[in-house]
Amino acid sequence: VTPGADADPDADVCVVGSGPAGAILAASLATRGHDVVVLEAGPRFDFEDRPERMERALRPTSERADVWEMGGDRDAYSTSGAVDYRLNDARVKGVGGTSLHWGAMTPRFHPEDFEMQSRHGVAEDWPISYADLEPYYVRAEREMGVAGEASRFGGPRSAPYPLPAHPFSHADELFAEAFEAVGAELHHCPRAINSEPNDGRSQCVGFGTCTPVCPSGAKYTADVHVREAEAAGARVIAEAPVQRLEHDGAGDRVVAAVYAKGGTERRLRARTFVLAAGGVESPRLLLNSASDRYPDGLANSSGLVGRRFVDHPGITVAGRLDEPTRQHLIGFGTSITEQFYDHDSGPEGSVIIGPDNNAGQAPATTALSTRPVAGRLADGDLLAPFEGDRWGEAVLERVRAESTGQVRLSAWAEPLPDPDNRVALDRSTTDDHGNPVPDVSFAVGDHARGTLERVEPILHRILDALGADAVETVVGPDDPWFGHHHVGTTRMGTDPGSSVVRPDLRTHDLANLYVSSSGVFVTAGAANPTLTIAALTLRLADRLHDRLS
Amino acid sequence: MRLSRRDALAALAALGGGARGAGALLEARTSAERERVATMTAVAEVVYPDAVDGVDEFVETYAVGRGRSSDHGEARRAALAALDDRAEREHARAFAALPPARRRVVLRSMGVDRAHPNPDGTLSERVRHYVVDDLLYALFTTPVGGRLVGIENPPGYPGGREAYQRGEPE
Repeated sequence: VTPGADADPDADVCVVGSGPAGAILAASLATRGHDVVVLEAGPRFDFEDRPERMERALRPTSERADVWEMGGDRDAYSTSGAVDYRLNDARVKGVGGTSLHWGAMTPRFHPEDFEMQSRHGVAEDWPISYADLEPYYVRAEREMGVAGEASRFGGPRSAPYPLPAHPFSHADELFAEAFEAVGAELHHCPRAINSEPNDGRSQCVGFGTCTPVCPSGAKYTADVHVREAEAAGARVIAEAPVQRLEHDGAGDRVVAAVYAKGGTERRLRARTFVLAAGGVESPRLLLNSASDRYPDGLANSSGLVGRRFVDHPGITVAGRLDEPTRQHLIGFGTSITEQFYDHDSGPEGSVIIGPDNNAGQAPATTALSTRPVAGRLADGDLLAPFEGDRWGEAVLERVRAESTGQVRLSAWAEPLPDPDNRVALDRSTTDDHGNPVPDVSFAVGDHARGTLERVEPILHRILDALGADAVETVVGPDDPWFGHHHVGTTRMGTDPGSSVVRPDLRTHDLANLYVSSSGVFVTAGAANPTLTIAALTLRLADRLHDRLS
Repeated sequence: MRLSRRDALAALAALGGGARGAGALLEARTSAERERVATMTAVAEVVYPDAVDGVDEFVETYAVGRGRSSDHGEARRAALAALDDRAEREHARAFAALPPARRRVVLRSMGVDRAHPNPDGTLSERVRHYVVDDLLYALFTTPVGGRLVGIENPPGYPGGREAYQRGEPE
């Protein structure tokens, strides 16, 4: 605790984190004349290195976390719940944050997402509505350069998408009739990937590796707004992990962010602090900032910091067609349906369904894969113990089998918040600076599991209608994949006893501490969170601008 | 399917570092460089499918460009030298001078066919990574390799947004 308030601060606003939430906020405030400093735990990556990262992504010898150099003591974590969660596959630390590896899928939340208790008697309502956020959705789509086309699903739009939708793929055309056969309608998938030159960045040139890296820069990554912020005078300090926040003697205000840099601890004083470090690191920092005044962590008088953690679980059903399905020609899915994004229609629970344009492995990945003897034997290759990997024609056969003729359909569902699902501190393990690491502990609840169980037969029916063979659930409701969306750990609300931040995203407990993150979401919807993060961030920026002015 | 210098330049350009050489004619200029290209080409003739023609031109441009632009040039040179050493020891000829069947024998005797590629691993693991896998990566991230399986714009290649909309390759 440091006595004295924010006299002679180093900045108007200190932002912790440079992903979309931090970068968009910094750009919005810096361009309006405010003095902003961004502290980013990870490094500043060279754009010119992206092709090498792409190679890492395609070579089977690299893990997903290797692409952006996640791992090691800096990023240590625990996972103690039912789900063995691979946290470092789900995030990137660096200037641009997790957007560096995201898929850039940007559906809006639906109006019902904000009113789940009122409409359906589940979870709780948000203290703001879709209508409150709609103007900011429009701005967020413009800021990120979203390519899309309005569908008949979801809430009303006051403006069209800023960029035309990416055209449907050949696979989408095949799927469209099969969706119709089950009474569903495929529509364009909104993506923050340039469908035409935009904002000084090229249109998509089809490298096909958007997740986890876009070498052309056509995919929006938050370093776009970091550059804008810096051009307007903001200072962005990379490799500066914030260790803790310090408050004044009364415990009313944060006075400094203490960060590590160059082997020493430094303090940054600011009038206002904004946590934008994601749904795991933001609550971790609050918990690691415990003091005599706040022994359970900052902004945690509700006891809810880190609780109600949510990530979207998903399932995948795959099959084969006896005709070219034209996979691996573009790096992203070009269609989805939000027809079942309605709690009481179709499968109970909100869900998005989308066909894949990348079923199976990329050709280079297959060609470079080594095959363990046991696996070859299991496939009936009796020569496996006597012969190593075969090349030449054998490589071609493997690539053909693994990379062509496949079709794949995925669905992901809304999980309801549960206080037992949480990010807490694992005090038995410390990071490279001696701070307790986050422990991500959660299970997939009955609601989401039930939704996925109800949607699984629909996916099978679609693939059957498509005429696919060998249809099977490759990832099912009992052991789903996750969207890597970290929601709910610093939730928003009007009641200080049951929420961490107010509707304006200020913490209830500290007058100059804000959170900009999917952590503030009250419910997770089924939609990918980043566009809503950006919309909330722009709304926060307007309020901070008014306040600081 | 015929590979060309242009395909190799495209592969290098996609790899970023090689972009410096894109547009230039990348030829082996020293005898040592020519020997390495010959060894690399001899490996490519073993690991590439038969339907691929023009391997020598492609490999020369790709290998030279990669060697000059990559941070791993020295490691690749060492891996190629090890292949030649083994061929000289077992068959009294340079790797590139062996018929393809003998080249396979050399690769097997070194354990390259069973090795897990690792840039910092054993000799066989490094040969797998820097030579075999590098050649396969170059082929299957360029349109000629992709076209062998009907994927004319494979991941790793910036072939635009038209291919994914078509029902079959142009």
